[in-house]
Amino acid sequence: MSMRTLPLVFINLGGEMLYILDQRLQALNTSEDNSEKGVWSENDRKRVMNGIVGAMFSKDFMDELLKPQQLYSHRTLKTVLTRIAHASIMRLNPTSMDRLYELMVMAFKYQIFLCPRPKDLLLITYNHIDTIREFVKDTPVVVNQVDETHRKIIEVYSSLPEGEFQLLRQTLLIFFQDMHVRVSLFLKIQVQNPNGRFALSTSGPVPHGIDVPGLIRTFDGKGREVRRSEFPSGGSYSSSVREGCFELHGDRVIRLGMDMYTVNHPEETHTSKDTFVKTDNTPNLLAKEELNLLARLMGSMKAEKEPKAETGFWINLFTTDQEEEEEAGASGLAEEPLFEVINIQAMQDEQVTTELARIAGQFADEEPSGNLSSSKGDDLLAMMDDL
Amino acid sequence: MYHKEKSIQIKNSASALYNNLGVLRIAPRSLTYFTVVHANVVNMVSASWDGLNYSHRQLQSKEPNVATSTSLIMQAAFCALPSRDLLVVTSQKGIQIYESDGSTMVYWHALDTPDTPTDQAVFARGISAVGKSYICVGDSSGSILVFDVPSKGSNITLSDVLKGHKKSITDIASECSGSQDCIADLISADDGGNLCVWKSGEEFQRFNNIPGFDISCTSVKLWKGTAVAGYGTGQIRLYEAVTGILHAEVNAHARWIYSLDIAPFSGLLLSAAEDSLVRVWHLSIKPESLSVEVAHLHNECVTDTQICGAKFCDGDGHAFAVTGYDLSEIIRYTQS
Repeated sequence: MSMRTLPLVFINLGGEMLYILDQRLQALNTSEDNSEKGVWSENDRKRVMNGIVGAMFSKDFMDELLKPQQLYSHRTLKTVLTRIAHASIMRLNPTSMDRLYELMVMAFKYQIFLCPRPKDLLLITYNHIDTIREFVKDTPVVVNQVDETHRKIIEVYSSLPEGEFQLLRQTLLIFFQDMHVRVSLFLKIQVQNPNGRFALSTSGPVPHGIDVPGLIRTFDGKGREVRRSEFPSGGSYSSSVREGCFELHGDRVIRLGMDMYTVNHPEETHTSKDTFVKTDNTPNLLAKEELNLLARLMGSMKAEKEPKAETGFWINLFTTDQEEEEEAGASGLAEEPLFEVINIQAMQDEQVTTELARIAGQFADEEPSGNLSSSKGDDLLAMMDDL
Repeated sequence: MYHKEKSIQIKNSASALYNNLGVLRIAPRSLTYFTVVHANVVNMVSASWDGLNYSHRQLQSKEPNVATSTSLIMQAAFCALPSRDLLVVTSQKGIQIYESDGSTMVYWHALDTPDTPTDQAVFARGISAVGKSYICVGDSSGSILVFDVPSKGSNITLSDVLKGHKKSITDIASECSGSQDCIADLISADDGGNLCVWKSGEEFQRFNNIPGFDISCTSVKLWKGTAVAGYGTGQIRLYEAVTGILHAEVNAHARWIYSLDIAPFSGLLLSAAEDSLVRVWHLSIKPESLSVEVAHLHNECVTDTQICGAKFCDGDGHAFAVTGYDLSEIIRYTQS
C-alpha cells in the first residue's frame, strides 16, 4: 500500500536494535560469565554503536530507502538489518539475530499500535533518532549523518496529510499482523497481556486535536446550535496534552519510541520460548522487485573495511549456552536466507544474480574461522564449532 | 440492550483497514455471508441462522503476473442489486467481482499502475451498489469507476468514471436501490474529509459537495437523504445530503472511526473505532423541523482491540457483528 514506509521502518527498528544492543552489551559487561575472559569495554560498545549508526544513517543507504517503494517481506528486512548489525565489530549468530528481530519488531508493533494519531509516528521516529544521537554524541562525523537524515525525514514527511500517515500505519500494522511474541519486559510493565496482545486503555488523555467523547450537538437549518446532550463514553478520558515538537530538536511529549530498557534489569529482554514463525503468504520465490531492492540496499550500505589485525567479535545475546545448542539443533543450522533464494529461483536478471552472489559471498566471509585471536570471542567460537 | 453471542472463528485475523467487514443476508436459505480481509486474502464464512453450520472459503487477490509482489486487498464488500448479489474485492492491482458466494470470478478490472513507482500509492477502495444495475468503486486518485452490471452473466462494462474528488476515496454508500425515487442516491467520501453526493443514472449527476476539514472521512452512509459520516477525529457528522446543512455533530470516539453502519428499517446507527468501542445510536428525522436527532443507546467494549469493521446483520438492527485488528474471529451481538 504505502510507498513511504521503508525509512521509518529502518529508523525505528534500527533504533530498537540499538536500544537492545546497548542494554545487552552493558549486561555482558557486568555479567559474571565473562568476568575472566575479557569484558566489553565502554570503548567497544561505542565502536559497535558508531559502526551500526554509521551504516544505517549513511547517505547512500538513506537515499535508497527514501525512494518510493513497497514494503516487502520480513526475510528481506531481517537480511538488511543483519547486514547493518554486522557493519560494526560485532557478530551475531543467527539465533541471536532471530531473537533480536523478534524483540525489535514487537517493540515497534507496540509503538505503532498505540500511536495516538497517525502523524505521531513521526514523533516516535524522532524519539528514536534523539536517543541514537545520544549514543554517538562523541563522534561528530556520525552525529552529522544522523542530523542530515533527520532533516531529510522532516523534509519528506512533515507535509504529508493525516490520511497518508494512516495508510502508512495500516501498511505497517498489516506487516506486523499475527505477531504475538511475549516479551518479559512488556509483560512486567503490563503493556502486553499474557496472551501476547497489547493493552489498549479506554482512559487517559485523548490525542491532540481530538475532543473527549461524550457530546452530541444538534443544529437548526441555519447552522445555529439548538441542543447539547451528553452520553456515557464507557471510558474515562481527559483532554489532550500539548502537541509534541516535530523539529530537529524539541520535546516530543509522547514517550513511545524512547528507550524502554534503560531502567530495567538485563534479564528482562527475554522473549517467550515459542519463537515466531510467520506463515508467509508470498510464494517461495522472492519477487524480482524485492530482489532488486535487496541488492540496492545491500550495495548502498557503507562496507566497513575491517582492519586486518582485528576481526569481528561474535556474541551470544540472549540465551544460555545450553539453550543455544538446543535451539540450533532443533531448527537445523540456519542458513542465511540469501542462499536459499538463489538456489530456488530461476533468475532471469543476470546482473541481479551476480550482485546477490557477491553480497552473499560477503556473508560467507564473515562466518567464524578457526583463526580468530580475540579473547572475547574464544569461548563462544568454540561453541560455534560444535554446532 | 445487546448481549454477546458465540463468535465465528475465521481462518486469519482481520487487517487494519476501514470498513473491514462485509455482511450479506440470504433469507431464502437462512444463511448469512461474512467477509473479512486479511492482507491479500478475503476470508468468507457462510453461517446458518441456527448456528449449526459454518463453511469457509478464501479468495486471493489476483496478480497480473507471477513476477510481481503480492497485492494487498483494501476492501471486500457485497453489492446487492435488484437482479443479483455480487461480491466486490478491491486491491492494489485492481477490482475483482465474484458471485456472492465467492465461487466464480465474473469480472476483473486492472488499475493503471505507473511503470516506475511514484510516492503515491495506487489502489481501489470504496464499494457500493447503486440504482438498478450499477456498482461504483473508488480509487486512490479520487476517481469513481461506474460499472454497469447485466442481470446475469459476466458482461460487466465500465460505463463511466466520476471525477469529484482530489484525494483517495475511502468509502462509498447508497440508498434507494431499485424502484424507490430519491433526489440523490449515492455518496462518496475521501481522505480529505470531502463528501460528494450523486444521482445515479445513464449519466451520473453530482448534486453536492460537502467540504471536509483535512481529516479523512473513513466511513459514510446515506439514509433518508441524510449523510452520516465518520472521521479520523472520532466525530460523526450528520448532513442533509443535497444541501450540505449540518444537522448534528457527535464527539463519538477517542480515536479514528473505522466503520459506520445503518439499519434502514429502524434508524439504528452503529459506529466503531480504534479506541476499542462500538456504539449504537438511534437516528430520528423530525419532519416538522426537518432536523435529525441522534440519541445514544448502547456501548460495547472489545477489550484491547482496535476495531476495523462493524455491521448490522439485518435491516432492523436486531444483531450486529464486529471485527478487530489481529483478531481471528467475528464477534456477534444480539438484542436482548
